[in-house]
Amino acid sequence: MIETSTLTKSAISEYISKGKRFDKRQLSEFRNLSIDLALSKKAEGGAKVKLGKTEVWVGVKMEIAEPYPDSPDKGNLMVTAELLPLSSSKYEYGPPKFNAIEIGRLVDRGIRESKFIDFEKLCIKEGEKVWAVIIDIYSINDDGNLLDAAFIGALAALKSAKMPFYDEKKEKIDYEAESKKKIPLTKNIPINFSIHKIKNSFFLDPSIEEELASEGRIILAFIPDSPVKICSMQKGETMVVSTDEFNKAIKLAEDKYDSFFSEVMKKIDSEILKLK
Amino acid sequence: MNKQEINRETEESVQEGYDDSKEERKVVVPGETIVSGADYLPGEGAVREGEDIVAQKFGLIEHSGKLVKVIPLSGVFIPRRGNVVIGQVTDMTFNGWMTDINSPYQAFLPIMETPRFVNKNNLSEFLNIGELFSSKIKSVKAKGVDLTLEGRGFGRLEGGMIVFVNPNKVPRIIGREGSMIKLINDESNCKITVGQNGLVWIKGDNIEDELLAKKAILFTAEKSFIHGLTDKVKEFIEKEKGDKE
Repeated sequence: MIETSTLTKSAISEYISKGKRFDKRQLSEFRNLSIDLALSKKAEGGAKVKLGKTEVWVGVKMEIAEPYPDSPDKGNLMVTAELLPLSSSKYEYGPPKFNAIEIGRLVDRGIRESKFIDFEKLCIKEGEKVWAVIIDIYSINDDGNLLDAAFIGALAALKSAKMPFYDEKKEKIDYEAESKKKIPLTKNIPINFSIHKIKNSFFLDPSIEEELASEGRIILAFIPDSPVKICSMQKGETMVVSTDEFNKAIKLAEDKYDSFFSEVMKKIDSEILKLK
Repeated sequence: MNKQEINRETEESVQEGYDDSKEERKVVVPGETIVSGADYLPGEGAVREGEDIVAQKFGLIEHSGKLVKVIPLSGVFIPRRGNVVIGQVTDMTFNGWMTDINSPYQAFLPIMETPRFVNKNNLSEFLNIGELFSSKIKSVKAKGVDLTLEGRGFGRLEGGMIVFVNPNKVPRIIGREGSMIKLINDESNCKITVGQNGLVWIKGDNIEDELLAKKAILFTAEKSFIHGLTDKVKEFIEKEKGDKE
């Protein structure tokens, strides 16, 4: 199958070096974001996130597990992503490929390193029993920038999730019992930006055509502070970036941070209110 | 192939454009009984099962006399002799190019079928790996699909951009006797080549024009079930033009 063409690629790079994009967006402009938290009644938390035509479903489940030897008093976090063949003709069933593993790892790292979840409060008995938070990401439609959509989905799902009731006598979770307890979260809410590069221009939120034409990407996750702090960083693809260019990329995301962060938080909070 | 045959073929490919005047048609899914009785014959996309004629594809029913056929709404491109396709070179062999024509079958373009002399030792001079070209399907046999560049306007594509559409919507994009494509062509000032395999090549003077044509084509493909689509597309283009100014 032909995914993209050299002709479209060169048209995109010509256009983007003039500072314009095919869908008339600014270089740092995101597509329409919509969040819906009413995804699953069985899961502890869930979110459907739409970024333009890109759609991702994220679910949060919780269970009791043994802690890892290096963190006996902390809860566990596990993030997995699956790119369903339904979302794009380039994905197949089977064990997760590189793309899927990368999305899972990046979301995991962003949430873990920002210390968004208070893992110490997820400890039940030190060295023996802790809560495990499991985040599952499913792509429903891939129109570019699955990562940022998945990240927002994970945030929304975690924020809205309710912890199941833990029966201390039976030492078991009662999933049926009603519970109002929330996952212990801190104020370090991470926000992820995938910054793509074509020629000398950096831009945010690529569509699928732009993603296929992209020469490389820098992935940054920020936590709120003044000024904002970077909590996770990764470079993708085989591009060369100079220090100046790297600073330019960071500045692009930093400038976008305030407005995007408040937009995402406003949408998540209004959806949480709707749930009640 | 004599001249008469070629003429007939071009006529056929023009008639492949969608006819708007027909009455509303029923949608069927695979396994659904369309009609029953010995009076009918199963056509394309349909099969006889005892008394019934059953759909094999998801699509619209078309009756023509006794024949009942299903016009598919989704699915891959199945190559046919005489189809104009846009392909991408995937490999070079000693006597031609292996190409991807967005179909389950690979297609082969032999040197013999090029309009001018090509040095056998330097095939990449004429077409290189990754490059796109328009061509016509010469034959479809068990061993594979063969392409030819003989004819007007076939060859390597330079500049412009490619738009992907569902191959089953191509007749709609062409319109009845090419009316829809002519409309988009005139309104956007772009040269448009539609491949039956769902690849559309747009080439204009500037990218804005090309983007307008692209939007119009995607709009046509998306709203392909609407009646009086040509007027809707005209309206859409005018609105888009208004927004730009």
